Amino acid sequence: MSAAEDAVRAANTRNAWALVTPALILLTFAASGPLLIVLVYSFLTPGQYGNVEWIFSLDAWIGILFTKDIFDETYKLADAHLTIFWRSVKLSFLTTVITFAIGFPTAWFIATRPPRSRALWLFLITIPFWTNLLIRTFAINEVIRNEGLLNTFLIWLGVIERPIQIVYTDVAVLIGMAYVYLPLMVLPLFAAIDRFDMRLLEAGYDLYASRWRVLRRVILPIVKPGIVAGSILVFVPSLGAYVTPRVLGGGKNMMIGNFIELQFGQARNWPLGAALSMTLLMIVMVALLFYVRAASKGSNPHG
Amino acid sequence: MADRSFSVSRIPGFAAVAILAFVILYLPIFTLVIYAFNASKSIAVWEGFSLQWFEAAWANRQVKEATLRSLIIASSASVIATTVATMAALGTTRRAAFKGQTFVYVMINQPLMVPEIVTAVALLIFFASIKVATGYQGLGYLIAAHSAFCVPFAYLPIRARLEGMDLSLETAAADLYATPWRTFRRVTLPLLLPGIIAGAMLAFVISLDDVVITEFVKSGGQDTLPTYMLGQLRRAITPEVNAISTALLVLTVLLLSAFFLLTRKKE
Amino acid sequence: MNDIAVEARNAVKTFGQGDHAVRALDDVSVTIRKGEFFTLLGPSGCGKTTLLRLIAGFEMPTGGQILLDGADITDLPPNKRPVNTVFQSYALFPHLTVAENVGFGLEMLNRPKAEVRQTTERMLALVKLEALAGRKTSQLSGGQQQRVALARALAPQPKVLLLDEPLSALDLKLRKEMQTELKRLQHETGITFIFVTHDQEEALTMSDRIGVMSAGKIQQIGSPRDIYTRPVNRFVASFIGESNFLPATIVQGAARLGSGHSLAVEGLTPVDEGRKVTLAVRPEQVRLTAEDEADTIRATVRDLVYFGTDTHCHLMLSDGEEVVARLQSPASGDAGLSEGQIVGLRLAPGAVQVLGD
Repeated sequence: MSAAEDAVRAANTRNAWALVTPALILLTFAASGPLLIVLVYSFLTPGQYGNVEWIFSLDAWIGILFTKDIFDETYKLADAHLTIFWRSVKLSFLTTVITFAIGFPTAWFIATRPPRSRALWLFLITIPFWTNLLIRTFAINEVIRNEGLLNTFLIWLGVIERPIQIVYTDVAVLIGMAYVYLPLMVLPLFAAIDRFDMRLLEAGYDLYASRWRVLRRVILPIVKPGIVAGSILVFVPSLGAYVTPRVLGGGKNMMIGNFIELQFGQARNWPLGAALSMTLLMIVMVALLFYVRAASKGSNPHG
Repeated sequence: MADRSFSVSRIPGFAAVAILAFVILYLPIFTLVIYAFNASKSIAVWEGFSLQWFEAAWANRQVKEATLRSLIIASSASVIATTVATMAALGTTRRAAFKGQTFVYVMINQPLMVPEIVTAVALLIFFASIKVATGYQGLGYLIAAHSAFCVPFAYLPIRARLEGMDLSLETAAADLYATPWRTFRRVTLPLLLPGIIAGAMLAFVISLDDVVITEFVKSGGQDTLPTYMLGQLRRAITPEVNAISTALLVLTVLLLSAFFLLTRKKE
Repeated sequence: MNDIAVEARNAVKTFGQGDHAVRALDDVSVTIRKGEFFTLLGPSGCGKTTLLRLIAGFEMPTGGQILLDGADITDLPPNKRPVNTVFQSYALFPHLTVAENVGFGLEMLNRPKAEVRQTTERMLALVKLEALAGRKTSQLSGGQQQRVALARALAPQPKVLLLDEPLSALDLKLRKEMQTELKRLQHETGITFIFVTHDQEEALTMSDRIGVMSAGKIQQIGSPRDIYTRPVNRFVASFIGESNFLPATIVQGAARLGSGHSLAVEGLTPVDEGRKVTLAVRPEQVRLTAEDEADTIRATVRDLVYFGTDTHCHLMLSDGEEVVARLQSPASGDAGLSEGQIVGLRLAPGAVQVLGD
C-alpha cells in the first residue's frame, strides 16, 4: 500500500465522517440520546408533582407487572397492567392478521395490473399512507360512530333499530388500527409480489397444482420476506399506537402507548412511564431482530 | 392477453377483496371531505353545500396561529433535515465502505424503528430539564425534534437518487480540471437536486402530520394544527375539524403528486 | 531532446487487501512517445483500463511512478493533470447542453468567456456537430454523443488524450466510421492518443504502436506489423490473429518437430541448441503441395470448413499434431481437396516463429 493510496483512503474516510457528523449530532440530540435518559429515569423514584427524585429504585420495573400491597408489603400481579398489555398484544396481532387478509389480495391485484395502471393503483395506496394518521383516524370515526355513516345506513336499511355502539370499544380500536395501518401492509407485500416471476405459476400449473396449492406451495413461500416485512411494519406501530386508541377507545380502552402517557400526566409516575417505554422499545427491537433474521434466511432467490 | 380464458396470475376473489379494500380506504376520507362542506352544524345530517366551516376555521384565531406554527415548524424542520440528510447521503453513498458505516445507518434510520411514543417520552424528559436549566421555552424544541425524525425520510430519496447517478460524471468533471468543490457545485448538486427537493417535500409532509411527538414536546400555547385537532376531538366535534382536515389533505396530496412527478423515472 | 509524452515506471496497482487483494497491474513500465497513437490491447481484466486510470489520476498507484513530459505526476489529482479522457460511457453531463459540455474544461481552467466560446465552436466544427450546439446530450444518438465526448476532451488541448474503449458501445458500421474519424482527429491535432481496446482489429488498423497486456503485465510492445508477424509468446500469438502451435526441439540450428521433420527458423543462437520450444505459424502462411514434393511435411486432411473467401483445412501430422491452413477459396468454390487425402505441407522460414515461454 503506497503512501498516496493511504492518504486517499484516509481523506475519503475523513470526508465521509465530516459529512455524516451534522446528522449524527442532530439525531443524538433529539432522537437517540434522550432514550438513554429514559433508561436512567426508569431506575429513579417518582417526584411528588411529576418528574423524578434522584433516588435509585427498582420499583418502576417491578411495578410493570406487580403492585405492592400497602399494608403487608407483598407483591401481587397488577391485573390492570396485564389487561392493558394483553389488549395491546391482542389488538396488534389481530390488526396484523386483518391487514394481511385484506392487504395480500390487494397487493396481488396491484402487482398484476398492466404497468400503466399499476402506477395509479399504487399511488392510490400511497396517498392514505402519507396522509395524517389523525385525519384518517378521524375519518374512520366518522363512519363507525353512533350517528355515523355505518349506523345511519344500517338503520335506514332496517337491519337495526338503534345504533350499535362501536366507538369506545376494543372493536373500534381494532377497526381503526386495521384501517390506518393497511397501507403499511400492502406496500411491502406489493414490493415482494412485484419481483415474483409469474412464469413460476405457469410451471406450477403445468405440474398439475391447483390454484390453492400454487398459492400455498409456490407464491406464499417466495413472497415470505414481504409478508414478514409487512407484518412487522404493522405490528410494531400497532403496539406503540397512541392516537388511534385515544380517539376511538375513549379513556378506558387504553393500550401501552396511552398507559405510558398516563404516567407522565395524571398518574405522575415518570419512572414507571420510563420503564414501560423501555419495555415497549425492547419488544419492538426483538420484533425487528426477528424480522432481520427472517428476511436474511428466507431471502428471495428471485429478488 | 386480457381475454385469455386462463390467466395464471388471476386468483379468484382477490380482485373483489382489492376493490373492497380501496373502497374501505377512501370511503371514510370522502365522507370526511364531503361533510366539511355541510351547511349543518351537525356532522350527521346533510343540509346542503356550504363553505361556512372553512370560513369559520379561518376566522378562528387558534386555528390561524396553529396553522402558522405548523408551517414554520415544517419548513424549518424540512430545511434542516434535508441539509443534514443530503450531507449524510453524500457521506454514505458511492464511496468505499468505512468503519462505523453500519452505526451511521442505524442512527439515521433510528426514528423509523423506535415507537413514536417512546421518542416522545424521551424528548419530554430531556427537553423538560433543558427548559428548566435554560429558561428557553420557544419553538426550538419542536423544530429540533421534528428535524430529527424527518432525517430518514429526507435521506431515503436523496440516497436513491445519488445511487442512480453515474460516478463517471464526477470523474469526468475532475478530468476536465474542476476542483472538488466546483465538481460538486456544477455537476453533483444540479443532478442531485430532484432528490433533494423530493426529500424536502417528504420531510415537510411528515413534520406537518406529526401528532404524538409534538403533543409531548410542546410547551403551553404551542399547538400545531394536528395537536389542535386532537384537542378538538375530545370535545363536541363540529365540521370545522372536517374543514381543517380537508385543507391538510389537499396540501398532502398536492405535495405527494409533485413528489411522484419528481422521482418518476424518465422513459 | 525529449520525445517521451508519458512514462509509467514499475507501476503496480493492487485492489482490495489481504487474501482478497488483486494485482491489477504488476510492475508495468512503458513509454509513450509524443504525437503517437498508442494502443493498450488485451482481454478484459488485463489491467489496461487500470493503467489508463493511473495516467488520468483517477487511481493512485500502489507502487511506481507516472511521468508526464518527464515530470513526476504520480501524486497530482486528476484536475491538475493536463490529460483528458474520453470515457467508455461518454459521461456527458446530462444537465448541460452540447456546447456547455464541450466548454466545461476551459471554463474550469478559468479561460476568458470569448476564448471558451471560440474554442467550443472550433471543436464542434472539428467533430462536425456545429448544428447541435444547443441540444441536451440526451437528445443525441450514440455516435453524436461519442463526438461530443471527443470534442469535450480535446477542447482544453491536453498533452495526452486517453480513450477508454470509446467505440465499444457503437454498432459495427459506426465503429468503422469513428475509427477513421479518430485517426483524422489525431492527425489534425497532433495530440498523443492512448487508446484502450480489447478489439485486435481496431488496434491493428489504428495504432502507431500497440502494447499487448495480459494478467497485469505488458506482454509485448511494437508496431502492429511487429506484433502480428513476430509475436514473442503464445498469448500474443493467439490473442492477435490465429496461430498454429507446434512443439519442437532445436537440433543443429533447426527446429525438429515430433514427426521428425526439421524446419529452418530465424534468429536462433547457439545457446538455444537442445532447447524445447513452441513454434507459431499463422494459418495463412501454411502452403499445401503434393505429398511427394521435396522439403514437405506429410499430413492428412481431417476436415474442410468453408468460410466464403477462405477455406480452413484441418490437417493432422504423423505425430498427431493438428495444423490449420487457411486457403483462399478458388472461384469454383472447390479447393480440390477431400477428407482423408494425404498432402504435403510447406512452411517458409520467415513464417515460423520461435516463441519464448
